[in-house]
Amino acid sequence: MAEIKCVDLCKTYRQGDTEIHALDHVSLDIEPGSFICLSGPSGSGKTTLLNMIGGLDALDSGEISIDGKRVDLLGKGELADLRLHRIGFVFQAYNLIPVLSARENVEFVMQVQGISATERKRKSMEILKEVGLEGMEDRRPSQLSGGQQQRVAVARAIVSQPTLVLADEPTANLDSVTAEHLMELFRELNEVHRVTFLLSTHDERVMRYAKRLIKMQDGKVVSDENIINN
Amino acid sequence: MTGGKLLSLAAMSRLSWRNLWRNHRRTLIMLLAVSVGVWAMIFMTALMRGMVDQMIADGIDALPGIVQIHDPNFRDDPSIDNSMPPPGPALRAALDSPPVRAWTRRIKLPAMISSERDSRGVILLGVDPAHEIALGFDLESIVAGRFLEGPDDSGLVVGKKLLERLETDLGKRVVVMSQDPENNIADRGFRIVGVFKGKLSAQEESLVYAAIDTTQTMLGMGEQLSEIAISGDDYRNAEPVYRQVKAAAGAGLEVLPWTELDTYLGLMLGVMDGFVLVWIIVIFLALSFGLVNTLMMAVFERVREIGLMQALGMKPAAILYQVLLESLMLLALGLVLGNLLALASILPVRDGIDLSVVAEGFEMMGASSTLYPALKLTDLVMANTVVIVLGVLTSLLPAWRASQYRPVEAIAKT
Repeated sequence: MAEIKCVDLCKTYRQGDTEIHALDHVSLDIEPGSFICLSGPSGSGKTTLLNMIGGLDALDSGEISIDGKRVDLLGKGELADLRLHRIGFVFQAYNLIPVLSARENVEFVMQVQGISATERKRKSMEILKEVGLEGMEDRRPSQLSGGQQQRVAVARAIVSQPTLVLADEPTANLDSVTAEHLMELFRELNEVHRVTFLLSTHDERVMRYAKRLIKMQDGKVVSDENIINN
Repeated sequence: MTGGKLLSLAAMSRLSWRNLWRNHRRTLIMLLAVSVGVWAMIFMTALMRGMVDQMIADGIDALPGIVQIHDPNFRDDPSIDNSMPPPGPALRAALDSPPVRAWTRRIKLPAMISSERDSRGVILLGVDPAHEIALGFDLESIVAGRFLEGPDDSGLVVGKKLLERLETDLGKRVVVMSQDPENNIADRGFRIVGVFKGKLSAQEESLVYAAIDTTQTMLGMGEQLSEIAISGDDYRNAEPVYRQVKAAAGAGLEVLPWTELDTYLGLMLGVMDGFVLVWIIVIFLALSFGLVNTLMMAVFERVREIGLMQALGMKPAAILYQVLLESLMLLALGLVLGNLLALASILPVRDGIDLSVVAEGFEMMGASSTLYPALKLTDLVMANTVVIVLGVLTSLLPAWRASQYRPVEAIAKT
């Protein structure tokens, strides 16, 4: 579980002479065990917000804290520690390490965490089976389809049981059956293990799983509603 | 939150190894460059060292003796006027004790040798044959006849080339003339009893060997000598012999080690180690551009992946080690191949490379026409150390750059 507080976040990018306000005074409170979807058009600031919370980019101003710890004040090494032990990332473009097999990609984070080889193998085989990649453990990313690669990326993000999963368009390249299966997996992790999920998406199928839907536009939160469904 | 760990060495090595072979062609080319560079360092160093060793050995062998004693004026004016007395009891005691291995007395004066057809200026060497052999005279250099048999032998041993110049032959008589202490001409007829082949052609033309007692009698110089030559166990370290003899010789005699007697050869020995290091570094500098370029390319090609690793929790230091490990693997492979290549090219020619085609040029530098590569362990260690240490230092730049990417920017790279 992770409790996240975002206070007055601002981030401006410069493209030539133009300033783009990727985040424009965004404030959010995220309860532990939340399942939140960020929606909005491209360029609305969803990915920037995920990157800021995950400590991948630096704020211009504002404060972010996870479980009371100020993320925006951490150094590179501490941020790496935070991501390693607390946060699972799922990127839109899979982002697997091409020279490692599916299982080695899944094991990568656990390897950095220092988990034993036996435990790593057990967990990675288990999670790959869960995401429907049994028998493909030794394939390199280039030998997997887009959907299969995304499932490896998801398996990598959740295998070490992070308290927070940040997923940027996790179903963008998946067929509907795989997307549905993935969302069920996310929901189970959220409900059983109380993992906090923060997803950016355009996908209506993903939004159906959200307990809270935050809409963004031009770097601002334009609506924030709790959803009672499922 | 526990502290983030670096990847285990095994995991890092696996990743580095696979990254290295992502671009087979580039890695193979770089590997070839490192191997050939290392081969060039070792092989050429062995040749250079072999050549210098040979030059020094030949130089010393020409008239053996790593330390010599003369009258103080003899080197400026090597005439009979600048002879020295035989060694006194103190000097003799020093000459008969270790680290002196052997010593001999010599007469060494300018002379004229005449056959029935021609005359030549030469250096007349009056030697004690047994002591000269103990000092290092190579009996195998006698290609016809024999060497002198005692201090009162009446024969003469000449070089093969001199024999040709004089248009005479073994067994024939020649006349040797020089000046006696009274500045009168002293001469004597000698029968040529032996012909020697010198390692340097200049020796063959300029040296003639006669027995010391015979020479002293001919010149009427009593027990006087031109020089005393002394040998030790290692020509590279003449200092202990020099110190002992110098202390016993007293102020009236000049005692010098071979490095000062032949300053050119002494300088060669002195600068050789430094020259080898400079040579190795120069080759490495040429290599280092390729190495940096290869690693930079390897890093630029996977900026996105490096960003991903950081996003997943890999610390900048671990990224730095990762790239350095790749470099280290490349260098280690190159070193293994380069060393094997060097050994494979040195071992077959360890009995000498015949350079008779260019022998005259070599002889001008004081080297003989056969070159013996001298592979020294210290040179091997130096070449390998330079490549590893400077290679890793050179790799720091691309490695550091890789570790400094901001994850969000790196991941966004296409």
